[in-house]
Amino acid sequence: MEFLPSISRWIHFLAGVMWIGLLYYFNFVQVAALKAAQADGTAAGISKHVAPRALLYFRWAAVVTWLSGAALLGANFMDAFLFRGSYAVIGMGAWLGTIMLINVWVFIWPNQKKVLGLVQASDEEKNRARRIAFLVSRLNVALSFPLLFFMGAGPHMAVFYGG
Amino acid sequence: MQNPLDSLWGTVIVGVVLTVILYYVVKSLMGA
Repeated sequence: MEFLPSISRWIHFLAGVMWIGLLYYFNFVQVAALKAAQADGTAAGISKHVAPRALLYFRWAAVVTWLSGAALLGANFMDAFLFRGSYAVIGMGAWLGTIMLINVWVFIWPNQKKVLGLVQASDEEKNRARRIAFLVSRLNVALSFPLLFFMGAGPHMAVFYGG
Repeated sequence: MQNPLDSLWGTVIVGVVLTVILYYVVKSLMGA
């Protein structure tokens, strides 16, 4: 059973790369690409064939990342979320990841469904949904910076002790 | 005032500033 933490860590990395990779794809590539595609009338290719697939992997990778992270914390789950001792480092990462997961499922995905026409919405509702999904997605990009710092800082605690 | 999240560079700067702030928050939580 001693291989379980390694397997959890491996799955956590795989899913995390997919989640954050797709988040960066949306924000660094797709937003600008859609604007250009709308100008030459080819936006449907992205919004109909690319975005729904990317969102599928994006939202489920977020779930797998969180669950494998929770499995990795194991018995120290509460120590991390309550910022006990040195677990405050990974705990901050865990809180940021949890907030980002909530953002995906409560704000980004329900609003993207309206934008992509997967659920009925008026033009006004679509515009509002587009703005909310965009801003929360950008917020997740910003949150991913400290998230990755604290996730990566675990084995390098000297950065917190100045030693 | 413009929302910094409207631009990619604004978002990156918010992320870096947030990292620095939370670094000191965690440091103080640890009593380090």
